[in-house]
Amino acid sequence: MKHVQTLNTKKLQNTVKKGGCGECQTSCQSACKTSCTVGNQSCENNK
Amino acid sequence: MVHQYKMGGYNIVIDVNSGAIHVVDDLTYDMIEMYESSDKNAIFAALEEKYPSQAGDLEEAWQEIQDLIASEDLFSKDNYEPYITDFANRPTVVKALCLHIAHDCNLACKYCFAEEGEYHGKRELMSFEVGKKALDFLVANSGKRRNLEVDFFGGEPLLNFQVVKDLVAYGRSLEEKYDKNFRFTLTTNGVLLDDDIMEFANKEMGNVVLSIDGRPEIHNMMRPFPKGAESYDLIVPKFQKFADSRNQDKYYVRGTFTRNNLDFSKDVLHLADLGFKQISVEPVVAQETDDYALREEDLPQLFEEYENLAEEMVRRHGTDEDFNFFHFMIDLEGGPCVAKRLSGCGSGTEYLAVTPTGDLYPCHQFVGNPDFLMGNVDDGVVNTDLRDSFKSCNVYAKDKCRECFARFYCSGGCAANSYNFHGDIHNAYDIGCALQKKRVECAIMIKAALAAKEGEKE
Repeated sequence: MKHVQTLNTKKLQNTVKKGGCGECQTSCQSACKTSCTVGNQSCENNK
Repeated sequence: MVHQYKMGGYNIVIDVNSGAIHVVDDLTYDMIEMYESSDKNAIFAALEEKYPSQAGDLEEAWQEIQDLIASEDLFSKDNYEPYITDFANRPTVVKALCLHIAHDCNLACKYCFAEEGEYHGKRELMSFEVGKKALDFLVANSGKRRNLEVDFFGGEPLLNFQVVKDLVAYGRSLEEKYDKNFRFTLTTNGVLLDDDIMEFANKEMGNVVLSIDGRPEIHNMMRPFPKGAESYDLIVPKFQKFADSRNQDKYYVRGTFTRNNLDFSKDVLHLADLGFKQISVEPVVAQETDDYALREEDLPQLFEEYENLAEEMVRRHGTDEDFNFFHFMIDLEGGPCVAKRLSGCGSGTEYLAVTPTGDLYPCHQFVGNPDFLMGNVDDGVVNTDLRDSFKSCNVYAKDKCRECFARFYCSGGCAANSYNFHGDIHNAYDIGCALQKKRVECAIMIKAALAAKEGEKE
């Protein structure tokens, strides 16, 4: 595309079928303890 | 839903429901902005006038937008609500505990939500017996989840370090028998940190969080010893040694910024200049009446600070001065699934806090509030109404989140913050939301800038 550059290839819609296993880290255990941030967490199934 | 903004010289378009992130030229940016409110003829007429030299590009840009819509990468629909409702109705398992190993502290930080470690109660340490029951409770209630997280928290957990060591050994003894993998973490102020503790932590702790606020004058103002002595000089060399001994990985130096340091980007850069590579500096959560609490009128300055920090990180990328800032981390390729993104932090359901006497609370921030007592390590969760209330606490239960582009990045925000400001966990803390949105925008701008840098190399 000439006018648009898309930064990611993975679609959230595609995570509906296989998602939700719950093996990933609880967000508050990572560092924050006072806010809620999940966008920066990794999926355990992609490791 | 589409969210678009300009930052750092980039035109960024977030397609919220697909998570797709597009960097576009000015013409396409305006076209997307007008797309839902005007028809093609009106859009073309307006853009021909604004961009006369690009009249020949209009049809091409229009077609690219059509292609993105067809592939569900733009103006995609939110079909997740029934899915998340089903997801929330699944049987509850517990996968993470915050163990309050010590309700006592050797510092007297002025913003401490634990009130110098006491959590509205008395100073006490968790016994091995209580901790053991907590780990047994976790294993028994974790269902098929294999990875179990246990954070040694306080107060200051190193005031009760022998129990930490004994509980790690006990946890390890359960792993093979129950097919579980414990991930232990430690949050410390560093006062009692020594070589033996570092060695133990490097062997057993998947992550350590080291509390330091930044510049000496800022740190010492808010994190003094109980009699007022300064703590910065004592902890900095120890933290530097600890971070190096972990190969600058699997740790965070973590600070809190308040109204006393609205120029907090200087504190982040101070920590980076001390050699730390993993940095988290976060907004204080305080009562409105506290003089150090952030106010709505502070937001413009805080936004500017985040933007400046993001631009500085782009400049430092790939150099020796490069560092990672927790709140700007964003995983565009291997990030969390929709279920994780929309169902909240797990407090009160998957994640519980355990007090020194074995009481269970939804998370560390609710400890000591009798309205939020959920049960104890002997009887398990007995207040199931409270658990169900937390279980229903996802983005679709919060009106403010329904219209927010950042809901897929914060999962509805912190229940404790919401409760502190609105008396209800199903609301959202507005200043926190404003800052969160700005952080997401900055994090994505960094990705755009790094992609552009890569493009230049090729």
